[in-house]
Amino acid sequence: MGVGTLLPFVGKTDDERRVVLNSVGPHWEGNQVWFVTAGGAIFAAWPLVYATAFSGFYFAMLAVLWALFFRPVGFDYRSKVADPRWRGFWDWGIFAGSAIPALVFGVAFGNVIQGVPFYFDDVMMVRYTGSFWALFNPFALVCGVVSLAMLVAHGANYLAIRTEAAIQKRAKASSVVATLVMLIGFAIGGWMIASMPGYLITSAVEPGLAQSPLDKTVIVQSGAWLSNYSKYPLSILLPVLGFGGGLLSLLAITRGRAGLAFVATAVAELGIIFTAGVSIFPFVLPSSSQPGSSLTVWDCVSSHRTLGIMFWVALIMTPIIIAYTSWAYRVMRGKVTVEQIRANDRSSY
Amino acid sequence: MIEESVVNLSRLQFAATAFYHFLFVPLTLGMSFLLAIMETVYVMTGKEIYRDMTKFWGKLFGINFALGVTTGLTMEFQFGTNWAYYSHYVGDIFGAPLAIEGLVAFFLESTFVGLFFFGWDRLSKVGHLTVTYLVAIGSNLSAVLILIANAWMQNPIGADFNPVTMRMEMTSFWDLIFNPVAQSKFVHTISAGYVTGSAFVLGVSAWYLLKGRDIEFARRSFRIAASFGLASALSVIVLGDESGYHAAETQETKLAAMEAMWETESAPAGLTLFGIPDEKNRTTHAEIKIPYVMGLIGTRSTDKVIPGIDELEKKIAARIDTGITAVKALEALRRDPKNADLLARFTAVKADLGYGLLLKKYVADVSQATPEMKARAVDDAIPAVAPLFWSFRLMVGLSLIFLSLFVLSFWFAARNSFMQKRWLLKWAVWGIPLPWIACELGWFVAEYGRQPWTIHGVLPTHLSTSALSAGSLWFSLSGFLLFYTLLLVAELYLMFKYARLGPASLGTGRYHLETLPRREFEHDRLRDSQAHLVAARRRPAAGLRHHGWP
Repeated sequence: MGVGTLLPFVGKTDDERRVVLNSVGPHWEGNQVWFVTAGGAIFAAWPLVYATAFSGFYFAMLAVLWALFFRPVGFDYRSKVADPRWRGFWDWGIFAGSAIPALVFGVAFGNVIQGVPFYFDDVMMVRYTGSFWALFNPFALVCGVVSLAMLVAHGANYLAIRTEAAIQKRAKASSVVATLVMLIGFAIGGWMIASMPGYLITSAVEPGLAQSPLDKTVIVQSGAWLSNYSKYPLSILLPVLGFGGGLLSLLAITRGRAGLAFVATAVAELGIIFTAGVSIFPFVLPSSSQPGSSLTVWDCVSSHRTLGIMFWVALIMTPIIIAYTSWAYRVMRGKVTVEQIRANDRSSY
Repeated sequence: MIEESVVNLSRLQFAATAFYHFLFVPLTLGMSFLLAIMETVYVMTGKEIYRDMTKFWGKLFGINFALGVTTGLTMEFQFGTNWAYYSHYVGDIFGAPLAIEGLVAFFLESTFVGLFFFGWDRLSKVGHLTVTYLVAIGSNLSAVLILIANAWMQNPIGADFNPVTMRMEMTSFWDLIFNPVAQSKFVHTISAGYVTGSAFVLGVSAWYLLKGRDIEFARRSFRIAASFGLASALSVIVLGDESGYHAAETQETKLAAMEAMWETESAPAGLTLFGIPDEKNRTTHAEIKIPYVMGLIGTRSTDKVIPGIDELEKKIAARIDTGITAVKALEALRRDPKNADLLARFTAVKADLGYGLLLKKYVADVSQATPEMKARAVDDAIPAVAPLFWSFRLMVGLSLIFLSLFVLSFWFAARNSFMQKRWLLKWAVWGIPLPWIACELGWFVAEYGRQPWTIHGVLPTHLSTSALSAGSLWFSLSGFLLFYTLLLVAELYLMFKYARLGPASLGTGRYHLETLPRREFEHDRLRDSQAHLVAARRRPAAGLRHHGWP
């Protein structure tokens, strides 16, 4: 996503853009599967979250999907025709296919944190009552910017490892800018969340029982999203990792240590994403119009049997996937250069 | 209740996006194995022409694959966006194979497809061959898991309704995985993919042969496609018959509609070869029947009866009556969840809950249903006969056309005389689109024949959608059609361009057109000619003999 967003900016000539594309050429496809599988995993683990979020954020999901269409096609089709207009079109297609989903996901998550207006009718059919434009509120936009900036920073650090000369220089500059934006945005978000109404369950919680999301009572209270940090003090490490990773990346990239910077932004991403998760725990999808209908990690899960099966499948498959993905990176390691692209004109992206 | 226009638009959108997706899937399934076969021959014989074949057909595979991935994204998310109630109601079962598909199959396919395209110089011969096989295995495994999910919609076994969570929950994972419908469906569908891939390679190769160019390249490709295609076409037909058997067991309504069996016949029933079904008068005009055959296909016996539409309607009417009791019992149980008595009453009739829900299309409180509403629900429960009857016959007709094409191609390839048979080559070229039409018709029969259910006998289609407005759906449907059509035009443009260019597109300097001035790649001509010189130096004969292999 980060590399795709940076494509039109760090690559000035056609050859440079092809270098950028080919640095992720053999890998973007496998990486994108994490995104698809995330959708499938939510479907299998929390069917109600999948149903509520995807149908509630209908237009946002359409924007993500339609933008994503241009990625696989852009990567594969761009270099198959030499016409500069054709190539230019796909360059911006790949840009949109990378930047829009990154931004929209952040915005959607920003709305989840604030609560989303939905309720369930008597047969548990979800009814979403919000509008599309209401999604674009200040906090959600800050989340969107953080989401985009952190992916761009990570992508820029990757490019700094895999490219050289002018492209590498621009990638490093982009990394600095994106990391700064990410850090500032994350700080603003934290400051806003402290005074924002959060949600608390006031009825007894019985995890592990078959239950309906409607069987609980929930109150809305200002600053409640920070309560987990006092309840589980170790969780304060997560926002620390978010800030620390960002700062380390800045230090590393300005000293030419692209590899270290790449690890640092990975840590920052984990820190930021988990910060958001821990803040709203145990809620997954709070309802602003009927807090009692909010979905939590316990009351919208799949059955014990399904979760057990998914646990074993994930436990076995994830290390295997990570192993062969790492192997694929190893096989394709090294700098991608303009000379290589020219020598493999027909087989490169 | 959901507006009928929303239900219809959701169905239309799903049908459109699924049909688009399945324009690309069969070719991916078929070509991934053809590529693996070609590369195996390369590794075994060491002849470079087979590597070039793998690379060139791989290029066409890639053009198709990109859109397969693109349109597949929609499928993964569409259940949530447009079928929210469905996702909630059966996500506990249906979500699992989808998530497992991602973890087990899609990762494999997508990670190694990158190495397939970019790993030629970085991997050993055997290493790259392994990668190609992993892509083929990944794409086929992907089909297995998706078809397991789909088979469950046709034959929902290993699941039970839970009144607390108001949804179906899995009771046996193995029932889900080893669903007999899934097995015949899987082999039928991937064989259809292999047929599509073979017909594509066969047709494009035949075109080169007709033009008298790249003879050696096209001849070898034609042979491989003819043999693989013949085996696959046979498998499609045999497993299609197996699917018919399972449909008779699990989806009597689909089979009865497909075959226009208005009345129950004494066993073994005859197979209607041709006729004009008349829905209004419940009869088939100008019928040509082969006695006994349908009974044999459907029951594998001579004494079991296949119920006709008349008999099925009686059964359904009875189940709707029990279904009303089930819906009312569930409503009472929802108001008083701890009441064991109500639970026992509901459990006794819950198998027919879905049939009671059929009435929700006409009335919110099903106990208020009039006899007229019940009659309409019974009528709904049998899918429309004519569309199924015709699609099925057209599909079978097409499969016979390409079966004969592959038989003849294989025969003349074995006798090494196919290059003189211009009629056969022309047939192969014009036959390229046929498997696609057959594939789409097959899906139409499977899915339209499942109506009025999304989950057969469990969840009616009209209850499965999201609570969206018709306006939102018009917007999304037009958007999908617009983007997909745009992308399809780009895809076809590149497909034709590269198929016309032929193996010359690899830039090896060994193929047709490579010394002629080209308008394609005009601005890299200088670079090409340098590459050409290098290639010519490496293979002195190559620059001179373009129509044959040195």
